[in-house]
Amino acid sequence: MVHVSVRGEDFDVGGEYRRLCADAPGAGAVVTFSGLVRDYYDPGGGERVRELRLEHYPGMTEKSIREIIARAESRWNLLAARVIHRVGALRPGDQIVFAGVAAHHRGEAFAAANFIMDYLKSEAPFWKKQFTESGGEWIAAKGSDTESLRRWRETAD
Amino acid sequence: MLQIHYFAGVREAMGREREQIGLPPDVTSVAELIPYLRSRDSDFARMFAEYETLLVAVNQTVAGNEQAIADGDEIAFFPPMSGG
Repeated sequence: MVHVSVRGEDFDVGGEYRRLCADAPGAGAVVTFSGLVRDYYDPGGGERVRELRLEHYPGMTEKSIREIIARAESRWNLLAARVIHRVGALRPGDQIVFAGVAAHHRGEAFAAANFIMDYLKSEAPFWKKQFTESGGEWIAAKGSDTESLRRWRETAD
Repeated sequence: MLQIHYFAGVREAMGREREQIGLPPDVTSVAELIPYLRSRDSDFARMFAEYETLLVAVNQTVAGNEQAIADGDEIAFFPPMSGG
């Protein structure tokens, strides 16, 4: 069972965890990841972030997240997956993304959650703009995120 | 007609989020569309020069230069993604 949600509204990790468990009877492992808005990003000269605005491509976003999950499902035996990505205006400390997977064993659950997050950063159409005292600036995709993808491509089945 | 969408910094550089353009008969791929847009629109030419990496999606899937384009397609231009 796969659930994907792109929305402004916050999420409750406890509730998402319980839904994953309910969707995956017989699972032996549930891994959940929550991403929070940091109070600084690079570049930004160490200035405190006041607000982060997330833009996305409405027609494409959910479809591309479902494709990422399908790719994870082709590598590992997953019983359930849930991804929530928030959009709009967020503040430091706010939850921004949730990825949860249920599997038979922890190895595949950890690996799949990591894989989904790596791809979410570079292949789902989201863009972040940070606002500090000096104004707004788009956050460029990180080289380290592309490196993370290479790791998965090199270990393709 | 092509429906063209712009996102994030590309949207700001273009000064608009979407537009419709007629598809000339000799434009049949992404590789042919880009020079056409650069020549017809100085905003696009300026934006294109500004971006080292510009991504293009055809009908909501990221596409390469060789991707075919047909009347009625939805095209989007945007910078590398930064989600998560």
